[in-house]
Amino acid sequence: MIDTRGLSCPMPVIMVQKAIKKDAPAQLEVLADARVAVENITRLANHSGYQVSVAEADGEFTLTLKK
Amino acid sequence: MKGNRLLKDYGLPLAAGVIVGVAALILTAMGNPKNMGFCIACFERDIAGALGLHSAAVVQYIRPEIIGMVLGAMIAAVAFKEFKAKAGSSPAVRFILGAFVMIGALVFLGCPLRMVIRLGGGDLTAVAALAGFIAGILVGIVFLKKGFSLGRAYPGRTAGGFALPGFMVLLLALLLFTPSLLKFSESGPGSLRAPLAIALIAGLVVGFIAQRSRLCMAGGMRDVFLLKDFTLLTGFLAIWVTVTIGNLILDSYKLSALSQPVAHSQYLWSFLGMALVGWGSILLGGCPLRQLILAGEGNGDSGVTIFGMIFGAAIAHNFGLAGSADSVVDGVYKVGGIKTPGMVAVGIGFIVLLVISLTHLPKKGD
Repeated sequence: MIDTRGLSCPMPVIMVQKAIKKDAPAQLEVLADARVAVENITRLANHSGYQVSVAEADGEFTLTLKK
Repeated sequence: MKGNRLLKDYGLPLAAGVIVGVAALILTAMGNPKNMGFCIACFERDIAGALGLHSAAVVQYIRPEIIGMVLGAMIAAVAFKEFKAKAGSSPAVRFILGAFVMIGALVFLGCPLRMVIRLGGGDLTAVAALAGFIAGILVGIVFLKKGFSLGRAYPGRTAGGFALPGFMVLLLALLLFTPSLLKFSESGPGSLRAPLAIALIAGLVVGFIAQRSRLCMAGGMRDVFLLKDFTLLTGFLAIWVTVTIGNLILDSYKLSALSQPVAHSQYLWSFLGMALVGWGSILLGGCPLRQLILAGEGNGDSGVTIFGMIFGAAIAHNFGLAGSADSVVDGVYKVGGIKTPGMVAVGIGFIVLLVISLTHLPKKGD
């Protein structure tokens, strides 16, 4: 689980990019608290061959990235 | 399917760029200084002057565009349920970064948005600034890759998120009801103004669309170099193209490096000033325009950054750091630019940014 909450742009997407480059995991969960971070991570994940599903609760988002 | 995704990704930044470009052209036609339809740094500097924080008589006015942008972003954020009060990510450091970003911008005579608008007017002196801006962004990216971070922000009380929008409402009230308390330029750029209602509406529209599109002058370049993502750059380029076409239609396009409006031809210092802006903007997570939008969304750290920028503007004019425009005196072309204090300030700015960059890298074991 990568926790990007409270981090300003572009840290959330960099953290996810590093995780994808390092291990290329089949599945990755990311916690975010800003819709802009969700959009940026989703775009990066799609370009890297992942499908993304997003669950929202209390203003926070859990992104599940799957190959 | 792919077409839909392209439209979704690029449509909004493209539309935002066109709207910002058109707004800049309208504001210039309605009275704002030439090639300065929109300039975040210049307009915050004018606000600092109107509040008496500096005494440069030619740059004093409460610019309704700035008020409109923050409130437009706030309206969009509330309407789309994205308004969220948060703060606590190194606010004092952000204040200092904001101040030096402003000093860098005033050395060049424009923020990244005005740089693009100047390029769209054919102002070749802004090419040096563009090169500097890109160089500064690249330096910032080096530190991002090493793990630079100003730390996390944390959720706060909702009311706190309205601090900067509230300050903007207060400025608007002062402008409308007690203008005698404020200082207004009678000559120079500060005296050149689009009508208040037009400027406010333009600001509201631009703030709204910038919030929805995430428009950011620094972010556009950063994402290309760092992530190979061209989404935000679309907005940057759309402003450039729109302003260029508009100026060609209005017969106000002048491709030249001489006698450009509110511009100087000290290329080295334009380069270095905007390098400071580019680097600082990357550390802050967004350009001056983006800071206004984030503050409208309830981000207290961006609010502090904007106060830092207003402080930087006051410092820049009180200590003679800002650039002055080229001029023609008795038929002789006189190159403007900055003097020794401005050069020293830029040098100090680079040292401060380097120290901030190095001291906010991950510690061993992080």
